[in-house]
Amino acid sequence: MSVLETKNLGINFGGLQALEDVHFSINEGEIIGLIGPNGAGKTTVFNLLTDVYMPTKGVIELDGVSIVGKKTYQITQNGIARTFQNIRLFKDVSVIDNVKIAMNSEMKYSVLSGIFRLPAYRKEEKEISKRAHELLKVFGIDENAHDYAKNLPYGQQRKLEIARALATNPRVLLLDEPAAGMNPTETRELMETIMLIRDKFKIAILLIEHDMNFVMGICEHIVVLDYGRIIAEGSAEDVRHDPKVIAAYLGGE
Amino acid sequence: MAGMTKKKIISYVTNLAIVLILYFLFYFLIRQGVINSYYSDLINMVCINVILAVSLNMVTGLLGQLVLGHAGFMLVGAYSAALFTLHINLPLVVAFPIGLIIGGLVAALFGMIIGIPALRLRGDYLAIITLGFGEIIRVIANNLTITNGAKGLYGVQSLNSRQNLTPMFTYVFFIAVFVIFINFTFGTSRHGRAVIAIREDEIAAEASGIHTTYYKLLAFVLAAFIAGVAGGLFAHQIGIIDPSKFDFNRSVEILVMVVLGGMGSITGSIIAAVVLTILPEALRDFADYRMLLYSIVLICVMLFRPTGLLGRSEFSLTKFVDKIKSGGAKKKQNVGKEG
Repeated sequence: MSVLETKNLGINFGGLQALEDVHFSINEGEIIGLIGPNGAGKTTVFNLLTDVYMPTKGVIELDGVSIVGKKTYQITQNGIARTFQNIRLFKDVSVIDNVKIAMNSEMKYSVLSGIFRLPAYRKEEKEISKRAHELLKVFGIDENAHDYAKNLPYGQQRKLEIARALATNPRVLLLDEPAAGMNPTETRELMETIMLIRDKFKIAILLIEHDMNFVMGICEHIVVLDYGRIIAEGSAEDVRHDPKVIAAYLGGE
Repeated sequence: MAGMTKKKIISYVTNLAIVLILYFLFYFLIRQGVINSYYSDLINMVCINVILAVSLNMVTGLLGQLVLGHAGFMLVGAYSAALFTLHINLPLVVAFPIGLIIGGLVAALFGMIIGIPALRLRGDYLAIITLGFGEIIRVIANNLTITNGAKGLYGVQSLNSRQNLTPMFTYVFFIAVFVIFINFTFGTSRHGRAVIAIREDEIAAEASGIHTTYYKLLAFVLAAFIAGVAGGLFAHQIGIIDPSKFDFNRSVEILVMVVLGGMGSITGSIIAAVVLTILPEALRDFADYRMLLYSIVLICVMLFRPTGLLGRSEFSLTKFVDKIKSGGAKKKQNVGKEG
């Protein structure tokens, strides 16, 4: 049963056809890699999935329900969470509050309960604080819970961003170049973390990445984009030897 | 966990004690005539400015948006409250608090009307649109019959009598305390966190499931409500209001208090509001030079503390006591961090 499915997805910016006829589906617990040369349209796919852009044609279905035209925050509440290519944390906010902010939409207490510290406030804040600490523990950044997010080292900032995305309780997690700027040790650590997330939270993961070792090592299924079209897909082995893929990356014929 | 709550209780109790001690001290001094009417009026103005600065801090500090029309909301609140108490046939003791609430509600309504289109913009653009709003409101008040045009409203009664100067003080003082309290609790509730998230990164906030338009409007309307109440207090404090009292300079004055105190710091806003209200009065002896000195003070603070007096941190008595107890070494470290 696929969690997220796109059919015939396309968008053009003026005369430029940025994406055309993109279709793929992700199942629960699956990790799919989205690769392709620079400018192929990978991040645009993410932006369509989270409705930063409105697709000019095609459908996006989450659990069989179309999500096209919903607001970004609604899509997040419906179960698609993302991280960004260049980390976007709430920098001057503590690590734990970064996570708590993402849990906001599950909290119910009213403005008045918050202002006057009514029982609903105490109860929910206590719960959320517990859950946030648990989530941070999974990523090993619980000791830094009360530091400013900007003071974390780079690798941990990446982790925090993933933790924040997970805090929204997603069914699908979109990771935009999670390993960018990481050294080999950090990359290996990140691979383990992502597998762990998949198993622990039972979610589908779609990731964009340029580090081929990373992609080949972690994704069951790889989709290759070039000039806005899918030129190949399949297992790591299939994609690696596909002449079209080699041509797209190295130039050919 | 238990230790933390105990610490919290201690800090709540000390803060409450300080508030009550301050209140009774001033109450007693005013009552006994030690503080004359000039100074008691000054104290009331300090409290009103604290309310205004702290409310603007909600938008400028928490939401991170520059607003240059805060005096506009104050004007709306002042006129609504004053017109209510002038025209209703109720004893002032009853009419005054109702008038304040009406002033706040009308200002909040204006905040909503302005906020829905304006909050699509940010930064400089929002600053200009709110500036425009402030001016429009002032010009309208200048031309309507109900507001009595440029002559303004006079005969707005104060609760104070010649013998007793304390009732107004009681009002402004406790409303100021209350506003500070809700500013703090709002900032640390889930709603406040959402507002802060928008300040930090709007795109990331949206992607984290925050309904950004709603939370922006919430902060904006809340600030407008409080500014309206402050306007109502102001009208009844000075007795005569005309549109020129709520011009652009007034908005800037409030903004300066927030920026000087440190955007996002409630205690910073309070300190700056107190200092900047008293300073021009204290400098009266220097006659023509007082605005010069005032400006120099501002320039110096901005040169040496660009983030404002307190930056984004809060001054807390319990922390202060802890610091003193743990000695100078740690204190030095903290100073380094802030700079």
